[in-house]
Amino acid sequence: MQYTRTVEALKEGTVIDHLPAGQGLRILSLFKLADTGERVTVGLNLSSRHMGAKDIIKVENIALTEEQANELALFAPRATVNVIENFEVVKKHQLELPETIEGIFDCPNSNCISHGEPVKSFFYVKPTVNDTKMKCKYCEKVFSKDIVAEVK
Amino acid sequence: MANPLYRKHIISIPDFSREELELVVDTAGRLKHAPRNDLLKDKLIGSCFFEPSTRTRLSFETAVQRLGGNVIGFADGANTSAKKGETLADSIKIISSYTDAVVMRHPKEGAARLASQFSAVPVINGGDGSNQHPTQTLLDLFTIKETQGTLENLTLAFVGDLKYGRTVHSLTQALSQFNCRFYFVSPEALAMPDYICEELDEKGVQYTLVNSLEDVIPQVDILYMTRVQRERFDEAEFRKIQGKYVLRADMLANARPNLKVLHPLPRVDEIAADVDSTPHAYYFEQARNGVYARQALLALVLNETV
Repeated sequence: MQYTRTVEALKEGTVIDHLPAGQGLRILSLFKLADTGERVTVGLNLSSRHMGAKDIIKVENIALTEEQANELALFAPRATVNVIENFEVVKKHQLELPETIEGIFDCPNSNCISHGEPVKSFFYVKPTVNDTKMKCKYCEKVFSKDIVAEVK
Repeated sequence: MANPLYRKHIISIPDFSREELELVVDTAGRLKHAPRNDLLKDKLIGSCFFEPSTRTRLSFETAVQRLGGNVIGFADGANTSAKKGETLADSIKIISSYTDAVVMRHPKEGAARLASQFSAVPVINGGDGSNQHPTQTLLDLFTIKETQGTLENLTLAFVGDLKYGRTVHSLTQALSQFNCRFYFVSPEALAMPDYICEELDEKGVQYTLVNSLEDVIPQVDILYMTRVQRERFDEAEFRKIQGKYVLRADMLANARPNLKVLHPLPRVDEIAADVDSTPHAYYFEQARNGVYARQALLALVLNETV
């Protein structure tokens, strides 16, 4: 495959694979992966046997925690998150929707007190039949996850 | 053993268990019939109204003083350091270091929850933007229990602005713990929000959306009226719905004898003046009950036993 030659193997860090094509840059920005100062490699529209096209993110020297991996589940429930040490996969995260999400998204309600105060945003996550709803701990308003994710 | 609300923050109705709601209601009843002037002795309560309010502030301050406590505070955020750009977190840290409890109203949703994270003493929410107004719900529950003898298995109609009216949202949330049945009577544009209906569905609460106020009157124990604000409609639309959600005395001819009409006040013209003299009118007593419900809450939060 072309990308295996252009993107070198990771010695230490995290590989976020099987992101739906088009989500790679969004996740990069939402989770501020580019701000880590570490080398980040992003592949877009790579061919995938199962998905047709996919995006991939490799972050060097940072091991994503279970909690961070679960936050990814909101956008890419079928993504795989592998933590690498010395070129070996040492942890494969099973993504599960988290019960709460802290500090990633701003509350879409402009009149919510969480803006401009020394607190992190905080949402309770509730899966429904067709959507995932997020309820702000402060203003108690309930939003579809896509509305919350667009705010940032 | 301390009562379950002792030293607790009072932020939002969904935080309350059924037992806690009943405790406040029963305590309010006791304080109404046997007043106590010692339950807040030597206590200083901060009354922080970052947004003006008439009934809520005055009834809280009356409640504190009737229980033998003292009040400091402000009635309008315009004269506080919030105006200078101080965060609410900082304001509350300071005020809570002076007082034994903080009662607050704020124009932003979530303000009381945030304040509770920075306060050294219990915070009581007196209204946070369009979100919650738990003490209104507690006084409504007390009034319903007082007039019906129970909170269980009642039928209530909510009339008017059910979309923006936070009092009806919180009251339905509270009553959903008591096997009550609801009728929602409103113009389509001001219907009960989906998230409230979804919550009721999840809890298996029975409710019906209806158009005609007159049709539901003979079937209900409580008629909870709210104000339809003219500014939410254009003139032509308002003329169409005007009158449909107004209660007059003659419409109560077939009401159950126990039916009481409640309203969070202020009313404008949704309850005609001739209703006031019917045995069904209870909204002024309801407003008076605000003092007892707030007394009960303050007493429970600041005393291990009441």
